[in-house]
Amino acid sequence: MPMIRSAAPPLISRDPIDLARLVAAVEAPEAGGIATFTGLVRNHHQGRGVSRLEYSAYESMAEQEMRTILSEAESRWAVKVVATHRLGTLEVGDVAVAVAAAGAHRAEAFEACRHVIEELKRRVPVWKREQYADGSEAWVEAREAQ
Amino acid sequence: MAVRVLFFATYADLLGRAETELTLGAPTTVAGLLDLLRQDLPGADRLPARPMVAVNQHHAGLETPVVDRDEVAFLPPLAGG
Repeated sequence: MPMIRSAAPPLISRDPIDLARLVAAVEAPEAGGIATFTGLVRNHHQGRGVSRLEYSAYESMAEQEMRTILSEAESRWAVKVVATHRLGTLEVGDVAVAVAAAGAHRAEAFEACRHVIEELKRRVPVWKREQYADGSEAWVEAREAQ
Repeated sequence: MAVRVLFFATYADLLGRAETELTLGAPTTVAGLLDLLRQDLPGADRLPARPMVAVNQHHAGLETPVVDRDEVAFLPPLAGG
């Protein structure tokens, strides 16, 4: 029997990400565990002080690719999983991305959550421009270490 | 045959534009399109030899066919998450 759940959170958002909303969207009586990942803007990159970030995207493709990644995870594991990536100007400590995966047991929840964030970083067309403490700016070119 | 070509992030900076429209004489591939861009578009010779690319919003490769009304996007190294 289909269950009534909270409305799915947006895949892409310019507003602050509300992790509770993602968790609410995957909560279900059959879910024994919910794993979440929260990606934050950090205050340093390759030894330089970062003061803020500007995230931009190829939005239509980013949404489509995120949808594909989520449905891949849901067909590989018995989970319900949602994710939101934020765009626009973010300050240090702001949530840039969040994933919530609910499964009957913790193993599939953790695995699906990890899979989604790794694939998102690998496949979703999003870029970030960093503003440094000294006022200069640069696109983040290199993929970060895992 | 017209194809819409999009550039993002560093590539948009490199070319001084976020998109262009290209008229093709015949269907080609992403590699063929890149050759045309390198001839016609100032700055396009500075794109990498094998940039990440999407055709109609799906990840694609240099051999992916490009036909009339396709949307081809050149994607600098991704930095989401």
